[in-house]
Amino acid sequence: MLKKITTPLTDKVIKSLTVGDEVLISGTLYTARDAAHKRLLFESKKPPLDLKDQIIYYCGPTPAMPGRPVGSAGPTTSSRMDHFTEPLLKAGLKGMIGKGPRSKEIRDLMRKHKAVYFVATGGAGALLARHIKSSKVVAYADLGPEAIHEFEVLDFPVIVANDIKGRDIFEEGIKKYRRKSK
Amino acid sequence: MKEIQAKEIIETVKDLCIKANYELSDDVLYLLNEALKKERSGNAREVIRELISNADIAKKVRYPICQDTGLALVFIELGQDVKIIGGDLTEAVNEGVSRGYKEGYLRKSVVHDPFLRKNTNDNTPALIHTEIVPGDRIKITFMAKGGGCENVGAYKMFKPGASREEIEEFVVDTVKAAGPNPCPPIIVGIGIGGNQENSALLAKKALLREAGKLNSNKETHKMEKELLAKINDLGIGPEGLGGTVTALAVHIETSPCHIASLPVTVSIDCHAHRVKEAVI
Repeated sequence: MLKKITTPLTDKVIKSLTVGDEVLISGTLYTARDAAHKRLLFESKKPPLDLKDQIIYYCGPTPAMPGRPVGSAGPTTSSRMDHFTEPLLKAGLKGMIGKGPRSKEIRDLMRKHKAVYFVATGGAGALLARHIKSSKVVAYADLGPEAIHEFEVLDFPVIVANDIKGRDIFEEGIKKYRRKSK
Repeated sequence: MKEIQAKEIIETVKDLCIKANYELSDDVLYLLNEALKKERSGNAREVIRELISNADIAKKVRYPICQDTGLALVFIELGQDVKIIGGDLTEAVNEGVSRGYKEGYLRKSVVHDPFLRKNTNDNTPALIHTEIVPGDRIKITFMAKGGGCENVGAYKMFKPGASREEIEEFVVDTVKAAGPNPCPPIIVGIGIGGNQENSALLAKKALLREAGKLNSNKETHKMEKELLAKINDLGIGPEGLGGTVTALAVHIETSPCHIASLPVTVSIDCHAHRVKEAVI
């Protein structure tokens, strides 16, 4: 079922999302990858932005061509961010977008803190960029592609991978299609 | 001796970097379209449709296919009757990569040191593999290798008496452990034989072959077919959402080896399989 949601995320919206839902997100996304997470958690005395009820997008875009808000902008592998995620969920982060599965620990924490994890199609950076209407660097500009960008997005296409009921799209999907080899 | 200007190498490498990152090759597009016919999961078919549409947008509207525009792998076959003038080969290749990544608005994904990790800001140094071959030409093959898929490769030294089944099991286990992370449907490159570093290079060279083309050796191509079927039985599917197409192709290259050794390396590439070549 196709659902349209906007940021910041409310508990009501989060509750309505189920694994496998195709969702179009409009509003604000904040990018952060490995290096930005490291700084957010260990090096910044005061966090440069408030992530309460917000969504982090694990993405390091290519440079924008003149006249465009952003270059190619697909997701990176989320599991690399697992060991940074708990403090952010405690601080009120409500959504994450990336590719690939999360650890059991993070899935349990998402349940506890009522947060969701979405996947965007990895390697579809050109298609996804078309849904990003503006972009500005809001922290750690020296990190280049790994800086924190604020994206304004319109109908950004994702799929719910982990909902607050503890379900997991990867486990369920792979189990369904696994066959015994001859 | 045939003289080739270093600046011609610079231009060629620059163009290859840009072309590879904006234009998905016909062989990969063909395999994606075939995958769309074979795939049984609805979610997975939607992913494949997005990938085909993404390739179209990348080429026509000019966005890189993927934001991870890769580490620049450059394979050179240098004719022994070529004399490079006006510069040296390594510098020319790096200059071409630097210009390609700047002028092509490609992401700079290289850090100068594995621990200090400062971005070099022009995606150099490239990884360059040079072979001296007969003739008076230079063949340059460029591959943009993404980090997500590179991180899940594996190496194992088998005993010389190992069976094909044991090696197949290692390959299937490697793909299974990689799961959704390398952006399936993947292309699997396998190097069997040589020694430790040679099997790794063979695995990369296996990835350079036209996607989906089988090895000319009958036994090897039988193994490629068997492995493709076994990998697709894993059920990982496009982006790991579950499905019947986990790999688009399996390519194996083999090489002579020591009587005591049977090295095997698996190198995985994502569906954004970006390889282009040119001959000067």
